[in-house]
Amino acid sequence: MIVPDNNVIVNEVEKLIEKYGSGRENLLPVLQDIQRKFGFISDFAMQEIAHKMNIHPVEVYGVVTFYSFLSTEPKGKYIIRLCKTISCDLAGKDAVANTLQRELGLKFGETSSDRKFTLEYCHCIGMCDQGPAMLINEQVYTKLTPSKVIEIIENLK
Amino acid sequence: MAINAMQNRAPVAQKPHKVEIKADADVGAYIDVEINGKGYTVPFGMTILEACRNNNIHIPSLCYHEDLCLAGACRVCVVEVEGMRTLQASCAYPITNKIKIWTTSERVRKARRHILDLLLSEHYGECYSCVRNNNCELQRLAKEYGVDFYRFGHIKEPRYEVDRSSYAIVRDMDKCVLCKRCVRTCIDLQEVGVLEATRRGYSTLISTFMDKPILDVICINCGQCINRCPTGALRAKDPSDEIWKAIDDPTKHVVIQTAPSIRAAIGEEFGLPPGHSMTGQMVTALRMIGFDRVFDTNFAADLTIMEEGTELLLRLKRKYLFGDPEVKLPQFTSCSPGWIKFIEHYYPEHLDYLSTCKSPQQMFGAIIKTFYAQEMQIDPANIVTVAVMPCTAKKFECNRPEMNASGYKDIDYGLTTRELAQMIKEAGIYLPELPKSYFDEPFGNASGAGLIFGATGGVMEAALRTVYEIVTGREVPFENLDITPCRGMDGVRQGSVILTDVKDEWRFLEGFEVKFMIAHGTSNARKVMEALIHGELDDYHFVEIMACPGGCIGGGGQPIPTSPEIRRKRAEAIYNEDKELPIRKSHENPHIKYIYEKFLVDGPCGHISHKLLHTHYVKRGKFIV
Ligand code: SF4
Ligand code: SF4
Ligand code: SF4
Ligand code: FES
Repeated sequence: MIVPDNNVIVNEVEKLIEKYGSGRENLLPVLQDIQRKFGFISDFAMQEIAHKMNIHPVEVYGVVTFYSFLSTEPKGKYIIRLCKTISCDLAGKDAVANTLQRELGLKFGETSSDRKFTLEYCHCIGMCDQGPAMLINEQVYTKLTPSKVIEIIENLK
Repeated sequence: MAINAMQNRAPVAQKPHKVEIKADADVGAYIDVEINGKGYTVPFGMTILEACRNNNIHIPSLCYHEDLCLAGACRVCVVEVEGMRTLQASCAYPITNKIKIWTTSERVRKARRHILDLLLSEHYGECYSCVRNNNCELQRLAKEYGVDFYRFGHIKEPRYEVDRSSYAIVRDMDKCVLCKRCVRTCIDLQEVGVLEATRRGYSTLISTFMDKPILDVICINCGQCINRCPTGALRAKDPSDEIWKAIDDPTKHVVIQTAPSIRAAIGEEFGLPPGHSMTGQMVTALRMIGFDRVFDTNFAADLTIMEEGTELLLRLKRKYLFGDPEVKLPQFTSCSPGWIKFIEHYYPEHLDYLSTCKSPQQMFGAIIKTFYAQEMQIDPANIVTVAVMPCTAKKFECNRPEMNASGYKDIDYGLTTRELAQMIKEAGIYLPELPKSYFDEPFGNASGAGLIFGATGGVMEAALRTVYEIVTGREVPFENLDITPCRGMDGVRQGSVILTDVKDEWRFLEGFEVKFMIAHGTSNARKVMEALIHGELDDYHFVEIMACPGGCIGGGGQPIPTSPEIRRKRAEAIYNEDKELPIRKSHENPHIKYIYEKFLVDGPCGHISHKLLHTHYVKRGKFIV
């Protein structure tokens, strides 16, 4: 992904603030939209949002770092998040994790050099009865097996 | 004027809540409560913590601070309230009905001890190598609760690197207990906004924007966060090792100057209650330590008044006599380096309103390495200038690249009150028992006007005493020279003085009302700047701003702890000393007259003073690169 031009960010932030309002309580939706659109929230974007909302850049940074689904670094087009919580773990998370690493050639926490895939762990996503489960962007995948994973990844490649 | 009504930007959840009595409630303005089985009557809406402390019932606290909004973050203050399933944080529990409270039940003691044990399990640091040893709230709590082993283990390795990037502030996050006092100080009290809690859970870390070194973000070096940190996680950068080295070097002539507010506070470091002036003892101690000359910054404060007062009169003249539209009024004071950095970042378009005068510290440095060096026939290269300041921002100020008017670094080291007290202790001296002595010549005398620089409103009062007299030839028309509208602790204050029967050369100021405004703490400075931008200060002439709440007496380098009460007492000590001084107006200080005769021969705001005593500012802006 190409780092977006700052002018594009200025316009986008302005649009979003118009949409949601400039009160600090609207920070999260603004951040979510920026994250969705650019794949991450650059330090320029955080400062721009802070100044428009009349809060401090560090407050925005505090919120962005609090939520796992917001990031300050560019991520891949497909962000794969495998649940690491106990029920998924018992249901065979490790095998799925190994397959994911092998198929993508990535370790957890890494992004591929073509910015297509990011692989990470996440905490419980509420699919405990259908584990192991993972998210790819906003889509949920359940009852995963190594062969199912290979198929899913093939389709994305 | 609506300045005081202006909202500050703190998130609603962090503001102190006022609890109102509902019209149909069956309680009055006071409520009967039972604490530990005994009855008390307390005001409606007062928190359990305040109610207990008012009645001498001790409840420990960690995140609570009198100057700050509530956080309820640490839970050290928990108590048992009858009918409540869980323990309640007493600092955040307003009393609104008849309740029964237990402050030391078994459940309470156990919970507090567990909280402490958990805090200590993550606390990397050793008390004997910590600047807060013996003045640390965490250490005190551990002692109070008899902690003699680590129930939940103890961290063996540091988790974070110490941030030493700043000239003023050192951050050691391994000692942080996440009380967020610094966050509330920086965001709410000062409205600078450097620090915030980032990340979550075990990884939570008080950090800066993008975890940048604090030097690279918009920190104004005010040190207010240090004064409110309960532990050694935040401290000032201490130059005392280098100063000892200079003292021990026989080729160096080490000169120290002490700011007005040091004398009113340093006693606290030796166990005295706040409000005891230690001027004479402090001078003796400094000589015993080995400083070659001990000077009073109040002298330079007098010099500042001469320069700044003259500058104000020149601006008034240009505007009202010559009708020059370029003149910027009101003139803002420039002696608080935290405030200077604040305006450079947040209001870079308004730097022309600032007086061009350097702060007294820097003026003195420039004078010592020129005039004094000449008079004493010492090579300025061998003079080491130390400034004891109540302030951490002074450490940054003396390192500003433009502060070398003498051809050398005008001030070599900025030392805080706390660090000086440490040096005195290290020299084996118990300050309160020393005999008194006087500051050294040729700057031995200073006026009371220079002294009151240490409290909010003091610069204004000192300037008015001189300006009024220059223009009218008479003393300011206030009883005892006490210009009371300048005094007090309200965040923003204002007043005016009318000039009548003026001298001939000031004809154009006959009947003129000089309107002034005073603000302390940068959140109040922000309000004043917003008013300026909205044209509400167009008919004002002089504005005094100090970055720290209370002015220098509440500076970031002053003894810890601080509270409104402590600051009030320190200010009182200064005003009382001013009353006793034989000279109370800057222009009457004989040494000031002497220096203008001998050295600054073209007078205040003349060529020589422009070169040595005035400065310029940097448009910094608020973008963080
Ligand atoms: S911060 Fe307090 S408890 Fe921690 S090492 Fe320093 S003195 Fe000891
Ligand atoms: S020194 Fe002042 S501006 Fe800097 S972090 Fe501390 S409170 Fe904020
Ligand atoms: S740095 Fe100090 S004031 Fe700030 S959260 Fe940590 S312990 Fe509290
Ligand atoms: S002092 Fe009450 S929660 Fe920290």
